[in-house]
Amino acid sequence: MTRAVVTGLGVVAPSGVGAEEHWACVRAGEVRVTPLSTFDSSSYGVTLAGQVPGFTPDEHVEPRLQVQTDRWTWMSLAATAMALADASYDPAEHDPYATSVALAASSGGNEFGQREMTGLYGRGPQAVTAYQSIAWFYAASTGQASIKHGTKGPASVLVTEGAGGLDSLGHARRVVRRGTPTVLAGGTEASLSPYALACQSVGRQLTAALTPGEGYKPFDAAANGYAPGEGGAVLVVEDAEQALERGAPQVYGEIAGYAATHDAASPSDPLSDPAQYARAMRRAMDDAGVGPDDVDFVIADAAGVPALDASEAEALRTAFAGRRAPVPVSAPQGLVGRLSVGGSALAVATALLAIRDGVVPAVGNLDEPSAAAHGLDLVTTAREQPVGTVLVAARGLGGFNSAMVLRRFDGTRA
Amino acid sequence: MIGGRRVVVTGVGVVAPGGPTRDSFWQLLVDGRTATRPISFFDASRFRSRIAAEVDIDFSARGLSTHEIARTDRFTRFAMVAADEAVADSGLDLTSGTGVDHDRLAVSLGSAVGATMRLEDEYVQVSDSGKDWVVDPAYGTRFLDRVLIPSSGASELAARFHAHGPASVMSTGCTSGLDAVGYGFQLVEDGDADVVIAGAADAPISPISVACFDAIRATSARNDEAATASRPFDATRDGFVMGEGGAVLVLEEYEHAKARGAHVYCEVSGFANRCNAFHMTGLRPDGTEMSRAIDAALAQGRIDPGAVDYVNAHGSGTKQNDRHETAAVKRSLGQRAYEIPMTSIKSMVGHSLGAIGSIELAACALAMEFGVVPPTANLENPDPECDLDYVPKTARDQRIDVAVSVGSGFGGFQSAVALSSLSAKEAS
Repeated sequence: MTRAVVTGLGVVAPSGVGAEEHWACVRAGEVRVTPLSTFDSSSYGVTLAGQVPGFTPDEHVEPRLQVQTDRWTWMSLAATAMALADASYDPAEHDPYATSVALAASSGGNEFGQREMTGLYGRGPQAVTAYQSIAWFYAASTGQASIKHGTKGPASVLVTEGAGGLDSLGHARRVVRRGTPTVLAGGTEASLSPYALACQSVGRQLTAALTPGEGYKPFDAAANGYAPGEGGAVLVVEDAEQALERGAPQVYGEIAGYAATHDAASPSDPLSDPAQYARAMRRAMDDAGVGPDDVDFVIADAAGVPALDASEAEALRTAFAGRRAPVPVSAPQGLVGRLSVGGSALAVATALLAIRDGVVPAVGNLDEPSAAAHGLDLVTTAREQPVGTVLVAARGLGGFNSAMVLRRFDGTRA
Repeated sequence: MIGGRRVVVTGVGVVAPGGPTRDSFWQLLVDGRTATRPISFFDASRFRSRIAAEVDIDFSARGLSTHEIARTDRFTRFAMVAADEAVADSGLDLTSGTGVDHDRLAVSLGSAVGATMRLEDEYVQVSDSGKDWVVDPAYGTRFLDRVLIPSSGASELAARFHAHGPASVMSTGCTSGLDAVGYGFQLVEDGDADVVIAGAADAPISPISVACFDAIRATSARNDEAATASRPFDATRDGFVMGEGGAVLVLEEYEHAKARGAHVYCEVSGFANRCNAFHMTGLRPDGTEMSRAIDAALAQGRIDPGAVDYVNAHGSGTKQNDRHETAAVKRSLGQRAYEIPMTSIKSMVGHSLGAIGSIELAACALAMEFGVVPPTANLENPDPECDLDYVPKTARDQRIDVAVSVGSGFGGFQSAVALSSLSAKEAS
């Protein structure tokens, strides 16, 4: 069967603009969560967030397009262009139908939409601009990236909250197998504007801590909620045969396995279901043809909420039952916050860089491992070792569970 | 596995303007009645377009609990009600836990704008009617986190039917309803699920959405003639009329349906989508990319263009769309395009953005079931550039073995789904 590999990475995240900046931050374990700089959010019970201060839209998006789009789309366009450059792949040099954009989305063009509603309710319907119709809706980033790069292959916009990055990449593999050799997948999120942050604050899962060291601490005994963050990653997914034929500068790895499940728990009392989450992980491993002993480490969802960390730890123990040694578990997102759809896409980029450089990055912002993580090998400091296979797991608010297995590419075509 | 498994439609549920149930919806189409009217949901007097196709529905009477209503946006309620009807229609037992393998039951819900209506209502509260940039969530409900992201709609459906397979929202603007069913189709084809609750819902009739289409003059301003304002393919058309609603199809692997003796409406034979890579809202008149989507959907189903009996048009009633898709269909079907009916039900139920693609697929399934082509209402003065058989005003009795439904949306997305009767498939 056709194999789908990743040949380009584009990152816009609190850890850095560009994959190498991101990776250097992750390897160094620098916490990039900070107090929110754009407005005083203390009344929402949240002060900490993962912002991308180094992101300058002018460097990535022409002014004419900036006014038509939200910050979330600027980040998607920047990450898309970086991923294509990294892969040395210019869609204009190929059949336009040979490239697809399949970015996942979460909450859309928040800041843009809030500004337009401010106009609507302050000054009336005539204050709403022509671009509201194309900037707020969830398909804006995929549509703009398709137009910018001239791609006519099948587009998609999956929405499964935090699991969306994996679902987008899983679908990208499907699109490749169905005959479109190049797919841009992953996604970004920008939900730190006031109304969007207010919406997230009612879920009562955000950290109320005032200092980064005490804030988002996944799998830590002092876990107390997460810091929301912005940004994400876009990846170039390619038919392995094409990547080899055109001499792609690198193949980071193969999307070897993917699966998704849903808790289907009562929406009035949604608890994360470790059984369904574990089933997604096991199915992803089965899909990749690997067993628990073949996985070198896991990048976990790492909610930083005690109950959610506990249920994830249980899911991991179940999925990796029978493994000779406890499975190493990392969560570098402790450094940057939870980026919703962007977080799971970023985790895949991180996994592929770990494979490239033979480094298992550490859990971010971890001081005292939580007792709930018993039976797991929490990666407290970065480890240099060969990495061949990584499992990335992610959950989305409302019961979405996804898992993906990334594997070092062996260079053969089938 | 990629492809190879056959997928059939075994249940249909619809909540549409003027037709809040499958049967009443179908009767509206057969009668050629229209559901467009002056907007009643809010005071639209300051808006350019003041008309819409609204759904009159009592969600409690349709089985939703007080708590379900409290925690959801209107789009999710449409999805829930349509899904209930579709599942009941399919005869599948999704409640006992033993009727299907719930680990292989999936959800694929399309929506263009998700919970925008609820987000806007809550925004008015938390912002003191737009006065505060730093809004105060204390004035909102505790469900704000669920309405921020439209995936909450898929979660409701998964929970409702204990669907532990993959669940997602597909949000590709106005092609969401075709793309969500297409995604569900691929899940079954590829062996990721045996049964998919697939459909779409949208509830965009709120000030922000009406205003944003005003701003680009995409909607009809025929405010004094609301009932005849949606005029696809008519020379006097002046834009689309906003609608709302939802539809759900139960997609089932063919052998799975056969084994339980299920009633089969039709087979999903092909799905494809393409992008025009041209403009977020503009269309080139040649229709090339939509034509490529139609070609690919037919090729996947191994359907000769000459075998197509009916095209369910996007037919939004904007100047550019109707020419664009007329060109696209001619490009794909050649002479056959002139010989078969192509109709737009948006003339009757309006354009419900992401929902309409699934509502149109439901219309196709019912048209094949009953051998009736729904008409294009309000078509009185044909545009000379739109010269196909749009079946003006009156439904037509005709056997349909192969139907193609097409859609076009902001972002440049173009989608096509091909449906076949089982007998047509056996014969080919």
